[in-house]
Parts: sequence; structure tokens; C-alpha cells
Amino acid sequence: MKIRRVLALVKKDLRKLTRDPGTLFLLVLFPVILTAVFGLAFGGIGESGPQMFEIGVANLDGSSTNPEWADSFISNLTETEGIIVSQYDDNATGQADLLQGNLDAFIVIPEGLGDSCSSFWSSPNDARVWANSTIGLYVDDGSLIASTAIPPIVNQVILATLFGDSQMSMEIPIQLTNPQLISVSSLSQWDFMVPGMFAFSAIFITVIVAQSITVEKSEGLLDRVVTTPLTSSEYIASLTTSYMAVTLLQAVMIFLTSYVIGYRPSTGPVGFAFALSILGVFSLVCVGLGLITATFSKSADGSTGLSFMVAMPQMFLGTFMPLGGIADAVSSVMPSKYVTDALTTLFLRGAPVTMLSIWIDLALVTVAGFVVVMIGVFVFGKWGINRH
Amino acid sequence: MAISTTQRSQNLGVSAIGLDGISKLYGNIKAVDKLSLEIGWGEIFGLLGPNGAGKTTTVSILSTLLLPTSGSASIAGLDVVKDASEVRKIIGLCPQQPAFYPFLTGRENIELFGQLHAVPKDVLSGRIDLLVRKIGMEDDVNRRASHYSGGMVRRISTIMALIHDPEVALLDEPTVAMDPVSRRSVWDFIKELRSQEKTIVLTTHYMEEAQELCDRVGIIDEGRLIELGPPKELIDKYGVADLEEVFVQRTGKKLREAV
Repeated sequence: MKIRRVLALVKKDLRKLTRDPGTLFLLVLFPVILTAVFGLAFGGIGESGPQMFEIGVANLDGSSTNPEWADSFISNLTETEGIIVSQYDDNATGQADLLQGNLDAFIVIPEGLGDSCSSFWSSPNDARVWANSTIGLYVDDGSLIASTAIPPIVNQVILATLFGDSQMSMEIPIQLTNPQLISVSSLSQWDFMVPGMFAFSAIFITVIVAQSITVEKSEGLLDRVVTTPLTSSEYIASLTTSYMAVTLLQAVMIFLTSYVIGYRPSTGPVGFAFALSILGVFSLVCVGLGLITATFSKSADGSTGLSFMVAMPQMFLGTFMPLGGIADAVSSVMPSKYVTDALTTLFLRGAPVTMLSIWIDLALVTVAGFVVVMIGVFVFGKWGINRH
Repeated sequence: MAISTTQRSQNLGVSAIGLDGISKLYGNIKAVDKLSLEIGWGEIFGLLGPNGAGKTTTVSILSTLLLPTSGSASIAGLDVVKDASEVRKIIGLCPQQPAFYPFLTGRENIELFGQLHAVPKDVLSGRIDLLVRKIGMEDDVNRRASHYSGGMVRRISTIMALIHDPEVALLDEPTVAMDPVSRRSVWDFIKELRSQEKTIVLTTHYMEEAQELCDRVGIIDEGRLIELGPPKELIDKYGVADLEEVFVQRTGKKLREAV
């Protein structure tokens, strides 16, 4: 591979970015304008705490000799007004969802809760024979309302579980941990949207790559380039390098625009460097999808329509749009979702870069990037350039 | 010093270009029909014929863009299908459609193709200046190509094909739609390439261009080679005034009717 050839094509692509008004608008100006408009519209509203509290519960007492007590606890919690309960099979998944901002609080029912309740009722007045247990409670302190309201609610549910309707005020064998508060700096609507803006903007690369290659095909430029000693690996390397650079430029522009209008992420330079890394890798997905689209596009207009069809699921199912039900399930196959999740964890939750979940996100996006590019290279090589 | 592919093939007596029974079918349509010929080193060879005769298809096969349906073709002894990547190092293609990047200047377009052909950095700039001067584009080479006239685009396109000083140049209708002054500058440039012993395949449907520039011409019609020889010999053979009349005598139709 000759680096000089790759750099020559990268230079050409970057010149296009600065000289072609359409490309400049779609890849740089539009994301900046969108960021500014959304930031002014949804930011600075102040805290907008949820009306309903979403609480996750991991029941580690399900296989004990007295599982009905834990079931009763969950049932009482579910029936409590203003509470939406989601059950988790393990502690780690629930903790990760709390960090991602999907929950207001997370409760861990310890193994032995049922035994505690049974021991209490076998000798209600003899605390010495009780089997003690402690329920774990983790609360997102980004919402002052949630961090204040949830611990008393959970205490009430414990009492209701133990005594039923005839609640009594007496010593019991079950304790609630002091709520462990997960720090969040701000909860304006805009803060939830910013992490998705980065992936949302990068997705437009699919449109530009598809358009550029289709135009080069239809105007004979690609044929002309093909008759030079340029190899296909050099061509793909130039394409991915160019658009990786564009993605990083976009990220910096969006960040600066957001910062100017008051956005302050809960991460430092290392977190931002990680964000640039995952966005850079995500650009591979966009380039690959652009290649696939260009393979089947006959004209620039056709490529625009087709590339938007390819890009839209990524835009709407993996960025800042609130999802639920089937859409949420479908989003799990969108690489953009993992980019947004990682950036949410870093920017919104202030998680350290050592957090396992963001490295899993990076790994998934990397694999997706390479797979999509390889598919793109294959289909474009097979059907994109017609030598027959 | 390493001996080049072209030097080696010249030493071995291999012709610059060889076509051996090349055919190209698009469905039932024969674009090229069992075309065979040899072109020597340093020769300017004209492929003549009306639009749709098969000239561009032949050039596309030689430039590795199209695969022949049957037959074989070689440049400097290298098969254009099996050794395509090696062939690309020694050819320069000026396509019929003057493909260029409109957002780049003329100089940037030429520079890009020089870099793709690995022209050394210290040589490239001087070579661009030289070619631009020869083809009369000094005043416009730093303007965006999107602002060029049709003639300017064709001249820039010709330089893009020759910036790496290829041994074999494939020029597909390089002067079509050019004004007489621009056409003359391209003709002068091609004549100069002849003095450097470059091998050139020139397709045209301007018979006066072929008479002026070519050592030999091959007249093709409906994909078949119908005449082959030096322009003067063909004109004398039919006892006519020019190559256009040779075509009329040979096919019974005028070039424009054939178009």
C-alpha cells in the first residue's frame, strides 16, 4: 500500500468538504445548526424530574426456601403509586442501566430475605433469633426528587411486605442500606440529547459517501481512477481515513457548539478522547453503508433517497429519540445505539473510562464497523464496477 | 538500474499492443467482432469509425476497464485481463467522457493523477508546468475545473492521462467538441509525443485528424476491422481524396449515415 496515494485521495475528499457547498452543509454546518437549535430549545430548562420513578429490582432470593417474601416485596413495590418496576436477573445489568440513565433507582434483594421474614414471624419478640438481611438501594441523585422520595417509599414497601395492611412500628430484621447516590450533574432534556447528537451527525456520512461514489461512477471518474495503479485497499483506506477525519471534526464542532450554549459534560479529556475513538470507529459503519448504497444506486438523486432509507433506522433508533417496545428491541442491532450508550455513560453519568460497559460498546461498534466495511467492499467489488 | 517492462518487451521483440480475436458482446449486440491487430512501439495508431463502431469498447478493453467476451489483448506482452495491475502502470487513458473533479482546480486534478501514478514529488510540479505550457493552459490551470469550457476540460483531461509519461497512451476522441485552436494545440502535443517514441492509440471520427497524426489507421465498422494501413496507402488504394471517402468506398455508406 502506497501511503502517498492514500493521502492524495484523502486530500481530494477533504477539499471536497470545504469547496462543495452541499457536502459542507450536510457534514459540518447542519450538525452545528441542529445542535444550536436543539440546545436552545431543550437546554437550560432546568431540572425536569420524571413524574414516575423507574426502579429496577434484582431478586437474588428467588431460589431460597422462602421465596414468597421477595415476591411479595416486588408485588408491593409494583402496586405503589408512581413506581414502575423492571426486574433484572443480575446485579450488573441493573447497575449498568442505572448508569445509562434508564432507571431512577435500583434495588438488590439479598439472598436470605425470605429467611429473615420467616425468622421474624417465628419469634416476633426475640430479635436474637432473627436472621438479618440488608436490601441494597442505589439511587440516581441527578434527580433530587428521586433521591429524596425513593428511600422512604422502599422502607414503606418493606413494612407492607412484613406486616401487610396492619402496619406496625417496631424493630424488624430487615435493613435498607443508606442510598448510594449515583452522581449526575444536570437533567435537562438537552443533556439527554447531546450524546445522541454525535452519532446522529456522523450518520450523514453514509449519504455523502453514497452520493460521491455514485457521481464518480456515473461521470466516469471512478473508471478513470481504476485505470491507475491505485489498489482497492488504497481506495478503501483513503475513504475510511477521510471520513474518520470528518467525523472527528464533526464531534469537535458539536461539542464546541454545545459548550457555548451551556452544556457541560460529566467527563474530562480522557472521556472525550474515548468518545472520539468510538465515533471514529463508527465512521467505518457509515462508510460501509455508503459503499453498499452506492453499489445499487444509478444516479446521485437515487443514491440520496436510498442512502436516507439505509441511514434512517440508525438515526431514529440509535441516537436521541426516546424509544420503547419493539423499537427499543430493534435498536439493539443498530451500531449507533452503542455509540450513544457509551457517550451517555461518559457525558451524562460521568462514569470513568474504565467502566466495562463502554468498552463493550466500543468492541461492538468496532466489530460492526469492520463487518459492514467488508460487506461494502465485497458488494461494491462484485456489482459496483461493471467490467462486463 | 532495473529494466522497465516496456524496455524488456521491446528487447524481446514483443509489440506494444496486440489484439488477438477480441470480441465483446452486450447481450446479442456485437460491439467488437473478432478484432485482431498489432501496434508497434512508437507508433501513432488511429482507430477510425462512426459512433458506435466499437472504438471506445476496444480502448476500454485495452485500459483494463472491460473484460472481453472472447479473444485476448496485451500491452507490452502483458495480458490486459490477467496482468491488469501491471498494465495500469504503463498506460495513460484519456477517456471519451472528460472525467475530472469539478471542485478541484485544473492543477489539482493533474497533481492527483500524478500522485496516483506515483510520479516522484520533485518531478511532478515541473512536469505539470511543462505540459500545461505545451497545451496552452497556463492562464487557467489554477481555476476550478467546474468553470472550464468544454475545450479546456478536454485539454486538462489529456494532461491528466499523460502526467506520468506513460509508454502507451490511449486517447479516446481527445479533440471532440474542441475549437480549431485548441484542437491544433493538442495535435502539436501528440506530434511531440511521437518524437519521444511514445505509442499512442487515438480514436477519432475526424478523418483529417487521423490523416494528420497517424502512422497507421484501422477503420472499424459495426465492430469489425475493415481496413488497416497508413492513411496515404489507403487513400491511394481506393484512388480517393481522403479517409472519409475510403470509408464510403469500403462500406457503401457515409460516415454520418453510419453515425
